[in-house]
Amino acid sequence: MSKITGAQAIVKCLQEEGVDTIFGFPGGVILDLYDALMDSSISNLLVRHEQGAVHAADGYARASGRVGVALLTSGPGATNGVTGIATAYMDSIPMVVLTGQVPRALIGNDAFQEVDIVGITRPCTKHNYLVSDPDELVPILREAFYLAASGRPGPVLVDMPKDVMAAKMDYPAKEEIRMQTYQPTLDPHPGQVTKACKAILKARRPVLYVGGGVILSNSNQELTELAEKTQIPVTMTLMGLGAFPGTNPLSMGMLGMHGSYAANMMVAKSDLLIAVGARFDDRITGRLDTFAPDAEIIHIDIDPSSISKNVKVDIPLVADCKNALTAMNAWLDSSAEFDRAAFAEKHREWNEQVREWNAKHPLSYQDEGEIIKPQFVIETINRLTGGDAIITTEVGQNQMWTAQFYKFNQPRQLLTSGGLGTMGYGLPAAIGAKVAFPDKTVIDIAGDGSIQMNIQELATAKQYGAAVKVAILNNGYLGMVRQWQELFYNRRYSGTPMEVTPDFVELAKAYGAVGLRAKTKSEVEPVIKEALAINDKVVIMDFVIKREECVFPMIPAGRSTTEMLLA
Amino acid sequence: MKHTLSVLLRNKPGALSRVTGLFSGRGFNIESLCVAETLDPQVSCLTLVTRGSDAIIEQIMKQLHKLIDVIKVSDISEGEYVEREMVLIRMKAEAGTRAEVLRVIDIFRGKVVDVSPTSYTVEITGSESKVRAVIDILRPIGIKEIVRTGTIAMARVPKK
Repeated sequence: MSKITGAQAIVKCLQEEGVDTIFGFPGGVILDLYDALMDSSISNLLVRHEQGAVHAADGYARASGRVGVALLTSGPGATNGVTGIATAYMDSIPMVVLTGQVPRALIGNDAFQEVDIVGITRPCTKHNYLVSDPDELVPILREAFYLAASGRPGPVLVDMPKDVMAAKMDYPAKEEIRMQTYQPTLDPHPGQVTKACKAILKARRPVLYVGGGVILSNSNQELTELAEKTQIPVTMTLMGLGAFPGTNPLSMGMLGMHGSYAANMMVAKSDLLIAVGARFDDRITGRLDTFAPDAEIIHIDIDPSSISKNVKVDIPLVADCKNALTAMNAWLDSSAEFDRAAFAEKHREWNEQVREWNAKHPLSYQDEGEIIKPQFVIETINRLTGGDAIITTEVGQNQMWTAQFYKFNQPRQLLTSGGLGTMGYGLPAAIGAKVAFPDKTVIDIAGDGSIQMNIQELATAKQYGAAVKVAILNNGYLGMVRQWQELFYNRRYSGTPMEVTPDFVELAKAYGAVGLRAKTKSEVEPVIKEALAINDKVVIMDFVIKREECVFPMIPAGRSTTEMLLA
Repeated sequence: MKHTLSVLLRNKPGALSRVTGLFSGRGFNIESLCVAETLDPQVSCLTLVTRGSDAIIEQIMKQLHKLIDVIKVSDISEGEYVEREMVLIRMKAEAGTRAEVLRVIDIFRGKVVDVSPTSYTVEITGSESKVRAVIDILRPIGIKEIVRTGTIAMARVPKK
């Protein structure tokens, strides 16, 4: 076989891995690879800031379930990507980030645009590599894709010196990847499955607490089967929304800091908590020693280090959620002790109690005439999109109102930065999702603060015809921080008023997009309808909402989950 | 409680920093750390002494295991094991104290490995507590400088 360059080998390897889209930003050391990409069928999208590239690759990955790929140059290109990498890491998103590096001979010399990106990203990648030998380039790339997508997924960074990409090499034949040090446990221990199912048989007040792991493992159907046949009520984390249909009567929506009253009450009063692909994050548990005090806890997770990290688990099930749920469903089906009708009867009273809590304090807000309430905007978007759009969010109030008032019925429909809480995520992620699903309606629900963090990506959207929509809930504040100041800092609004924001309608025009504005409640629906009717252009909807609206319920940080502020 | 962990890791650039970064990043503490190649030059053995409740040690072991470069993690202080540390001590060795230094070294089965007109450099090997005891006894006589290796340890009966 004739020799090819490292850059050509990279392109070949990417194609072998099924990569069709890359989000990136070029620079000196990565020119060889950019040049080689021109001869391939891979679409190579130029973003306007490297953080946008990584978030777009992340949005592409979350929406499609495939590995997202970002391509950055060395030095500032790489460091600009770090927030995006950390975002993906916290939410376990499969992603490969390729960075250029200065030639090997210059590494360590403080060369122009040199930075130790492998050192910098060590704590926020699943794994990372500096390719120091051209012969290792392709094997490392293959390993990177394998690691990113398998087990508990996550971002993997490969740092590639310029001279490695220029080196001549033979393209190695593909081999099955076997790693001595990495063998995720996919199948549950049968004894643990039995224990878990027996606990379900015996429980009087069981709850399913569902996280992003169910979405990552594509096991929403298995989960729905388990919930429906056992009639166990379901609550989801922010990352889990969509894993179980939000309109199913068993769904009590999200739990935790801004979860529903019923969700938090049922967890608090449960005698069996079945955690599936969730990690007992502090936004869920509140004060740890009062979390689900009477519950026996089953925890299904592919990552052993998630088990008993924050909350002591009684029945751990280390496995891929899909395999664990399948095994549990099969166990119950074949058990003489399990009967669907009898179970529905057994849990009837408990479900009535849960519904009663929900009826007592449903998610709600006060209508204030023509003043636009943000919750109403989300409800209207939900209604007019038939609950079927891909929704991305920024971080803060916009994110929580979306989680509360948009009823996600499908997985991979809500793309949001849950763990890291990255403002500026939503717009580039929406572009990534739109590139993956050009025919889907993709809407970034944003605040006037967070949209400005990556607003430059409007140009990317325009350039590649990614006709996303942006709904800005504009209150002239950094709303969530302001809310904390209102509740806990005596309304001292330090650093939160956004006294100057661009005119978003004019800004839309400047970026070749359509700008719409609603200032009164009756303008909300027409604006959304108009936006939804435009399919060939980016649309920005500027909703001028009530300035000091808060997200409720709210569990103050560090308090028990039953100590919810309701209004 | 004190735990001595033995970690086998791939002998790759940056592997050690993944381990130490994990400890600092997650707020675990390292009391001592000792690392060198094993019989297989591609594998390093790292002996790490840490403290924590059972839950914390369990978390440390799981997090270590999660690192791609880590091959095997064992808490060898769970069973019987031998541990050794070596210390090099430069002692003031003047007319009045030379004999006493030698006597103490002899009691602890140490040896003098370097001599200058004003100092002895002595080497002592033993458990961490023995090393501490020697230092405590020699300190009033006049220690100029010490260098300790940190603990290395090995399980007495290899686990199946």
